[in-house]
Amino acid sequence: MQAFIMALRSIGANKMRSALTMLGIIIGVMALVVLVSLVNGATDSVTNAVSDLGSSMVTVNIMDNKGKPVTLEDLSLWKKENPSLGKIAAYASDQQVARLDENYGSATVYGTTPDFDEVQGLKIARGRFISVPDVQNHSFVCVINEAMAKDLIGYTDCIGHEVLIGGSYYTVIGVLEAEEDSLTALFTAGQMVCYIPYTSLIRLSGVISSEITTFYVGETEGFTLEMSENTISDILLSRFQEDEDAFRTSSQNILEEAMGQITSVLSVLLGGIAAISLIVGGIGIMNIMMVTVTERTREIGIRKAIGASRGTILFQFLMEAVVLCMLGCALGIFFSWGILRLATSIVSSTGLVFKMNPGVVVTSVIFCFLIGVIFGLSPANKAAKMKPIDALHYGG
Amino acid sequence: MIELRDVCKYYQVGDDRVRALDHANLHIYPHEFVSIIGPSGSGKSTLMNIIGCLDTADAGIYLLDKTPIDAYSERELAKVRNRKIGFVFQNFNLIQKLSAEENVELPLIYQHVRRSERQRRVKEALMQVGLEKRAKHLPTELSGGQQQRVAIARALVTRPSLILADEPTGNLDSKTSREIMNMLHELHEQGNTIVLITHDDGIAHEAPRRIHILDGKVTEE
Repeated sequence: MQAFIMALRSIGANKMRSALTMLGIIIGVMALVVLVSLVNGATDSVTNAVSDLGSSMVTVNIMDNKGKPVTLEDLSLWKKENPSLGKIAAYASDQQVARLDENYGSATVYGTTPDFDEVQGLKIARGRFISVPDVQNHSFVCVINEAMAKDLIGYTDCIGHEVLIGGSYYTVIGVLEAEEDSLTALFTAGQMVCYIPYTSLIRLSGVISSEITTFYVGETEGFTLEMSENTISDILLSRFQEDEDAFRTSSQNILEEAMGQITSVLSVLLGGIAAISLIVGGIGIMNIMMVTVTERTREIGIRKAIGASRGTILFQFLMEAVVLCMLGCALGIFFSWGILRLATSIVSSTGLVFKMNPGVVVTSVIFCFLIGVIFGLSPANKAAKMKPIDALHYGG
Repeated sequence: MIELRDVCKYYQVGDDRVRALDHANLHIYPHEFVSIIGPSGSGKSTLMNIIGCLDTADAGIYLLDKTPIDAYSERELAKVRNRKIGFVFQNFNLIQKLSAEENVELPLIYQHVRRSERQRRVKEALMQVGLEKRAKHLPTELSGGQQQRVAIARALVTRPSLILADEPTGNLDSKTSREIMNMLHELHEQGNTIVLITHDDGIAHEAPRRIHILDGKVTEE
């Protein structure tokens, strides 16, 4: 306690120098806390976007159908027989020219079945999504996104309008809500997208056949996604002679896990860079402590003459270095808090919130303490090693 | 109390080996007031460093309170300096950042004396040197004589076996020198053992017993 007060006093005696020395630690701590917190904030937002990308779902890809192709009839049969496969939708896509009078452009055409909107979390602004009869009758109906409505027709209130897709007229039965804040919207901004019955796409496109290669299983109430995934895996395994390589299932959660991995690597990377600046700050502390020890040689001599042992002197200077580091650390955390508040208020429109990560605060406190000890040890030892007579006679 | 038997100390200056102390023999008894006189370069600083446990001898035996000192580790030497010896230096050697009372308190902190006890003893020591009113002052705010009195208080506060004064009046004018000398006499009368090191014959003659040192050799008057 006595040593702590002494350390505070000697830091206070040289305010300017102490402040400049601490600056290194302050900046290091700020870099560490702010960078890691920013990455975490961004991660949360990206993870949310990934979840929005489709509510939880399993994507099934069939690579080798072994002469037993999966058809729309199979899908509806499975749905009927398995309560855990309450939402199941076939999926195929093609690129087609969409045209209305003088307006035309390339549109991504998805061929699918009724459950698709729920599986993917599509929001219908007007009209309805594709229905079972649409699929059965190979109807020429389409659900278009906002971009397509605006580009082709000129307005979004266009239910019943007809558009030309790949040479046939399709009646618009639904318009999707404009998505602004999801990851999907980010990738598909301004692109024309339309959804037509799977059966209609088979007719429209030369490359799509009735053999389904991709379909989605959505989360059904009362079942976990994992249960649904297991059910479909079992069905497909028995269909494809227990060949695990014939198909592949991947759930949205895996994507989220991958995102998590990427961001944790990112925060370790940025944290590492920040840690380097902290170490540089520590070297600054060591430098100043060396100067301090030389400057106070006489004081050390006096203290030793009146009975301070090596350990006492060592502890005194070590304490000074550690207190300096911890003060810098506290200030750095305080400033980081301010910066994060500021950053949050700047980007408040996007709904991003940057919170101080408690883990990184604890890490930086421990790290600063260690830096104080490690970089304070050598100057403190230099002080402790001084012989009392040499130190007393230093500089007269 | 203090016994030196054939104590030698050598220094290497260039190629020459200088004998700062050459088979010095000395005996100082409790409650004595002894002055050690010698011109500069005579080896008196070396003698004082050895008596004060700031340095150890190269040869010979030094007994302080019947304990041989050469067997001590650095840590133990610090403890001996702390408990048995009170230093008064020519240039006062006060810590400039600390107030008078904090300077006096310092040796007690190193002894791990309790706070309330420390405060009582510091007050007592400052009262003894007549500086209780200046307790909060920094050394720079005190005159030379006052600073030396703070140094004496710091030496007294641990109730040492020996007060070792190295040219205590060297940096003071004659009037304040007189005050400091009177204070040393007073301390002697109170039963303290005092060793006064000086090059000034006038000052030295105030001590009942005088020891001369020249070229590292110690002789009694």
